Amino acid sequence: MNALSLSLAYLRRRPLNTALNLALLALGVGTISLLLLFSEQLEDHLVRDARGIDMVVGAKGSPLQLILSSVFHVDIPTGNVRIADARTLTQSRMVEAVIPMALGDSFRGYRIVGTEATYPAHFDAELAAGAWWQAPLEATIGARVAAEVGMGVGDQFAGAHGLSSGGGAGHEATPYRVVGVMAPTGTVLDRLILTSIESVWEVHAVHEEEHEEEHAEEHTEEHAIGNVLMEADPERQVTALLVRFRSPIAAAQLPRLINMTTPMQAALPAYEMARMMKLIGAGIDGFRAFALVLVVSAGLGIFAALSGALAQRRYDIAVMRSLGATRGVVLRQILLEGLLLASAGAVLGLVFGHGVAAAAGDWLWREHQLHLSGLTWVAGEAWLVALALALGLVAAALPAFAAYRIDVSQVLARGSG
Amino acid sequence: MLAVDGLRHAYGADLVLALPQWHAEAGEHWLVHGPSGCGKTTLLHIVAGLLTPSAGEVSLDDQAYGALSAAGLDRFRGRHVGIVFQRLHLVDALTVRQNLSLARSLAGLPADEARLRHLLDRLGLGDKADAYPHALSHGQGQRVALARGLINRPALLLADEPTANLDDGNAARALALLREQATAEGSILVVASHDSRIEAAFDRRLALGGGS
Repeated sequence: MNALSLSLAYLRRRPLNTALNLALLALGVGTISLLLLFSEQLEDHLVRDARGIDMVVGAKGSPLQLILSSVFHVDIPTGNVRIADARTLTQSRMVEAVIPMALGDSFRGYRIVGTEATYPAHFDAELAAGAWWQAPLEATIGARVAAEVGMGVGDQFAGAHGLSSGGGAGHEATPYRVVGVMAPTGTVLDRLILTSIESVWEVHAVHEEEHEEEHAEEHTEEHAIGNVLMEADPERQVTALLVRFRSPIAAAQLPRLINMTTPMQAALPAYEMARMMKLIGAGIDGFRAFALVLVVSAGLGIFAALSGALAQRRYDIAVMRSLGATRGVVLRQILLEGLLLASAGAVLGLVFGHGVAAAAGDWLWREHQLHLSGLTWVAGEAWLVALALALGLVAAALPAFAAYRIDVSQVLARGSG
Repeated sequence: MLAVDGLRHAYGADLVLALPQWHAEAGEHWLVHGPSGCGKTTLLHIVAGLLTPSAGEVSLDDQAYGALSAAGLDRFRGRHVGIVFQRLHLVDALTVRQNLSLARSLAGLPADEARLRHLLDRLGLGDKADAYPHALSHGQGQRVALARGLINRPALLLADEPTANLDDGNAARALALLREQATAEGSILVVASHDSRIEAAFDRRLALGGGS
C-alpha cells in the first residue's frame, strides 16, 4: 500500500468526477497539441519548400500570389514575363543562380512545371525510376503524383489549363510521356510534374498564334535542357524565376531595382511567408486562447474536486495521521493526486491531439494540399505537458495545504469530522 | 512503560485535564473512566501523541514525546501506538487488506503478509481480506479496526469507547476481544469509556473527575 496506489484508490472512488476532469484537461491539451502540430508542420513545410530561394521574380501583381504560385504551387500565377526582361536578371552580379519556370497547366490537380534540371537539383531530388526529361513532351513526375495517380514510366497523360483537378480545357492533342519518377523529397517537388519549358511552349503553341511554330520547334530540339534564358527567343515568355543571391546585401537592393525599373515584380519568400504566418497565426492564437481556457477550467475542476473530496476526507486524513503519517506525507498525498490527474489528462490529450492530426492529415492533404502528420512530436509539446503538470500541482496546492494543517485531535474528537 | 507526569491541558482558559502522575507497565490493562467531558479523549490523544499538552511530560518505553519533532512523533506513534476508534475509521476506498497494509506503510514499516494473515485469521476475518469496509457487518468492521491497531505490534494499544452503542452481549464480546488481543501482543491496553457496564472488568482504573 504505497502513496501511489492510495491516490489511485481515491481517484477511483469518484469515477465520474475524475473522468470529467480528465476529459476537460484532455480536450484542452489535445487542442493545443493539434494546433502546435499544425502550425509547426505548416511552417516547417513552407520553410523546406522555400529553402535556398531568396527571391522570386514574375509578372506584376500580388507578391504573395507570386510566391504561392511559383514556390508552393498552390495558387494561379500572376502572369508571364518576357525572356528579354528575365535575361537582364541573370546578368546581374548580385545573382548567383536563376531557375526559370513556365506554369499554367496541371494534370488531375498536380501542376505541370516547365523548368530546367537546376530545379530538381535545387532540392537534391533523385530518380526512383527512369530518367530526367530530355526531349519535348517528356516528363519526370514527383513521388506523390506517381503514387496518387498511379502513373509510372511509359504512361501518357494530357495536361489541362489551370490547377483544378476537374475542369479546364485539355491538351489532348499534345500528350506528355512519363520518362522518370522522382524519389520522395518531402518537398513541394513530390507533387509536381516536371518537364522542359519548351514542352510547355509547345503544348500552348496552338493557342499562341503570334509565334511561329517552326521557330519554337527548332529551339526545343536544340536546347532540351539548355539555358533557356540565354538562348531562347527573347520574345518568348516564362512565368517565374526563382533567384538565389550571391550575397545577402542583394535582398536590400535588387527587389526594389526590379520593381522600379522593369515590367517584372520581385518578391522575397522570407518576407511574404512571415506575413502569411502572421495571418494564420492570428487564427491559431484565437484557437489557442480557447484551448487554454479549457485547460484552465480543467485546473479549476481539479481544484474543486480535490477541495470537495477533502471535506469528506478530513477524517481519513486524521486517521492516516494517527497511524503514523506525518504532515508531509499527507501533503504529498494530495499533491500526488493532482499530479496524477494532470499527467493522465496530458497523456490522453496528446493521444487525442495526435490522433485527430493523423485522421485529419489525409483529408487536409486531399482538400487543401496541407501537410499534417500525427506521428511526429513538436518541441512545444514538452512545454504543454509541463504546463499541465504545473497546473495539477497548483490546483492541488491549496487542498494539500489544508490537509497539511488538519488538527488531528480535533477532527478525531469531533466524531465524523 | 507509559509514564505521565505533571500533565495539564487547557483549551484557552478552560482547564480540561489535570493528571499529576500516572504510570502503566507493559501488559497492564487500564480503564480510564469518568463522565462525558472529563477529558478521557483528551488524555487518550495526549498519550497517543496526537495532541501536545499545555504542560507536563509523556513518555513511552523511555521515549519522551517532548523530545521528538512533530514528524518524529508521528513516526513514533505509527510504530509504537495502536488506536482503535469508537467509530471505526477504516478508509472506505481501500479493502481490508489495504487498510492493514496502509497502517504498516504509513508507519514506515515493510509489508508483512504473514503477520496480516495471522491477525485476520486470529480475528476470524480470514475470508474478508479483499472486502471493502462497507461490505462488512459492524462486528467485522470492529475487528478489522482492532487488527489495524495491532498490526504494528504496538507497545501501547488505545481504545476510545469501544463498547458505546453495543448491547450487553456485544459489549462484553468486544471488550473480551480487546483484552485477549492486547495480552497476545503484550501491549499496554488503555480503554477510555464512560460505560459503567465494563468497569468491573478492570482492576486498574484511572478516574478522571472532569474539568476543575
